[in-house]
Formats: sequence, C-alpha cells, structure tokens
Amino acid sequence: MTALRSAGLAAVGLAAFLGVWEAAPRLDLVNPAFLPPPSSIPAAFGREIAGGAWPRAVAESLSHYVVGLGVGAGAGIALGLLSGMFRWFESLTAWIVRLLRPIPGLAWVPFAIIWFGVQPSAAVFIIAIGVFWIVFFATQGAVRGVDRDLIEVAQAFGFRGPFARLTKILLPAATPGILVGVRTALGQAWMAVVAAEIFGVPGIGARMMQASSLLSTDIVVVYMLTMAALYGLFDTGFVALQGWLLRWRA
Amino acid sequence: MSPIIEIRGLSLAYERDGRRTEILSALDLAVPRGQFLVIVGESGVGKSTLLRVLIDLAKPSTGTVGLHTAPDTRTPMALVFQDARLLPWRRVIDNVAFGLERHGLPKAERRDRAAAMLKLVGLADLAGRWPHQLSGGQRQRVAIARALAVEPEVLLMDEPFSALDSFTREGLQDEIQRIKAQTGKTVLFVTHDIDEAVYLADRVVVLAGSPGRIAADVSITLPRPRRRRDAELVEAARHLRAELSRRSSDL
Repeated sequence: MTALRSAGLAAVGLAAFLGVWEAAPRLDLVNPAFLPPPSSIPAAFGREIAGGAWPRAVAESLSHYVVGLGVGAGAGIALGLLSGMFRWFESLTAWIVRLLRPIPGLAWVPFAIIWFGVQPSAAVFIIAIGVFWIVFFATQGAVRGVDRDLIEVAQAFGFRGPFARLTKILLPAATPGILVGVRTALGQAWMAVVAAEIFGVPGIGARMMQASSLLSTDIVVVYMLTMAALYGLFDTGFVALQGWLLRWRA
Repeated sequence: MSPIIEIRGLSLAYERDGRRTEILSALDLAVPRGQFLVIVGESGVGKSTLLRVLIDLAKPSTGTVGLHTAPDTRTPMALVFQDARLLPWRRVIDNVAFGLERHGLPKAERRDRAAAMLKLVGLADLAGRWPHQLSGGQRQRVAIARALAVEPEVLLMDEPFSALDSFTREGLQDEIQRIKAQTGKTVLFVTHDIDEAVYLADRVVVLAGSPGRIAADVSITLPRPRRRRDAELVEAARHLRAELSRRSSDL
C-alpha cells in the first residue's frame, strides 16, 4: 500500500468516526449533554481560551508534568544506574523493590494529600512515583546489558574506577535503553497528571472535574483533546531528540 | 640491550565448579626493546591470556611481570583487540582520542594527536565518521590508531587481522610493518597464522600444549622490507610448522 493511499484511508476512517459521533447526539440517539457533538467543540474551546481558563490549566498541568517527570525520571536513572552497576546495591534494595514496586502510583494519592496538601507538590509526587519504576527498571536493564567487551576497552586504557566506567562506557552505552524507558514514562506521566488533578490540584484534570459537575461535557472533551495534543507534541519532540542523541547508530 | 618486558614463572589457572583449569604454566619470556615478537599457537593455548595479563585484564596465579619502561610513561602498553571494539557512540576521531582523556591534555591537543594518528594509519579523511560507517579493515586501523595515540612503549596486538579478508589483511600487515619501522615500538603480536608470523616477526615464540608452554623460540633475521612468498620466508614457515607439529605431538 502506498503512503498516499494509507493516509487517505486514515482520513476516511477519522471522518467516519467524527460523522458517527456527530450523528448520534443530533439524531437524539444519545442526550447531547452526555455526548456533545464534535461541531460544538471549537466554540467551547474558544470560550475556554477567551476566559483564560485554558491557558491557565495547561500551564499548571505542564508544570506538574515537567517537574514530576524530571524528578521521577531523574531518580529512576540515578538509582537504576547504581543498581545496574553494583550487585551489593541491587541485593540491598531487592526486597524493598519487591515490596514497593507492585503498589500502583495512584495508591499514593492519600499520602500525597496528607504530606503535601492539595498543592502542586502533591501532583509532582504522584507523577514522579508513576514514572520512577518504569525508568528505574529500563535503566537497570540497560546497564546490565552493556557489552562487557567495551568495559574491557576502558580498563585496557586505564579507566578502572567506577566513575570512569560510568561516564566513559556505561552511560553512553545504556542511553538507548534508558531513552526507551523515558519515552514510555512520557505517556505514563500524563495519566498521573490527570489522576492527581482530579483530586483537586489545579490544572487540566481539576478543570475537567469542574466542567463535568456542571454537565459542560463539551469543555471536558476540549481538555481530553488538549491532552491528546500535548502528549503528541511531547512524544514527537522526544522522538526527534532521541534520534539526534542516537545518531551514532546504524 | 636490556629487555623491556621480563616474564618470570608466569602461570594462570582458574577454578570453576571445583575444577581447576590451567591456561599458562611456568612461562619465562624476555622481550628486548624494539623487538617485533610474534606469539603463535593453536587456539586455547593461552596466547590471548598472556596479553591480557600484560595489560592487567587478567591476574596471574603465580609469577611476575617486570616492565622496564620510562618512568614518565602514562600508558606503558596499549592493546589492539581482535575485534576492533570501537565505541559506537564516538566519532572516529574521538575513538582515537579515547585513551588520551586520562593524560590530562587539553581537548584541542587530544584532537591534534588523534588526527596525527589517523593520518599515520591513512584514515585522516574519515575523522568525522561513525564507526558503523567503516569497513572491517578501516575499523581495525582506527583501533590501531587509538592504541598508538597514547604513545605506549609496547604495542600489544591480539590476532588483530584474523577477522579480515585476506586482501585487507595483507594490506594491514604491510601497514603495521611500516608503522613499526616509523615508530620503533616494541610489538607483541599474537596470531595463529604462521605465514603472518614469519612475514612480520623479528622473533617467533610458539606456545603449545595445555597448559600452554613455550615450545619453540625462533629468530627471523631476514632483512626488511620482506617479500611475501620469498623462498627464505617460505622455508622459515615450513621449519616452524614442522617444529609446531613435532612439539604438539610431544606434548
């Protein structure tokens, strides 16, 4: 199938999807308050922008997202490197990991609110936990998988300490694997953003809850699509960055 | 001339599942400064292990290695592996500069020295390439440049050309002779190819048996540059083959 033809089919599929969605409330198959037709979304979007709610909510959510992702991925990479490099560290933490890893990120919400209040830091905390394990295991596995032969090259040239091993070989060699983990985390973090904000921390999630309690479902859809767009933007940007960082690969 | 390397009573054994395996046994070897010494032997005889001990990638069970290099040498020995083992995330020039990052030189000087080494192996044009863009022979040249860049007094080469096609291999054999003549370095070169050994060597040491011991130690005094398939070379190779089969049937 040519690229043009598959793009054409994709467009047809999307148009059909929007058509069914538009028809269902218009033909009174469903209550428009339960499912607003897509044609009503641009107007709702315009109102949200004009009132300033959209830019504010997006800015708040983005700051939770970026900080939470940074903290969670940073901690995941740091501890993943330690655990991948040193068997004693892996043994020391083995049972702690077993204990904490199965706890879903959202199960931390009560403590997040008790410790941080309904504050941005609570959202950051929940997002960071959601991201941490993914990046931790990706990093640990990537470090484990580094070709022993390359580590030997470093040793043969006199780079024998753990710090030199890390900076000269392990980190660059593990980068592809770490980035795969971070990319997965990019998606995971949006889930955590919404979850954290649904509990009241101001942002997209909180605005959606507000709108839904007033049955302004068109506004809910505006923010759902906003999240899809933001995720697409971040993922595209990340893939470009990944391609540049890994330009040394065949 | 006093030897640059003096190996005395070197043995290496390891234990796995309660079984002791000896790789090398009671090896004595003195290498004079500036010699091109080729070590030949069948696979598994401990040739590579000997180089790994010299560069401190493996610890001997007993014995000593005396190294009489200049006291100000930062990297007395450098090793060229059988597979080039370039770091794929570094461009060619940065691979060559790798070992220099320990020498406390400013980046510009590291680059200059790496560029000079690339020129020495004839790859000045490929400085900005990634390793995956090179052929096998080019990769091995980069590995040689990387080893030479740290200005070692002894160059260790572990079957460096065995993975290359014969055309590339012969080209690199000539190249390493030229570099040797140009730099005067001591070279310890491991191979299982007897023709390669006699073509390159001032002296051939044959390792044989299990654990490996020195089975023959032959000087090759033919003048350089040598011609491949020269009658005297062929004769030296024939002699060495006979020696090798006699020794391994003894052991």
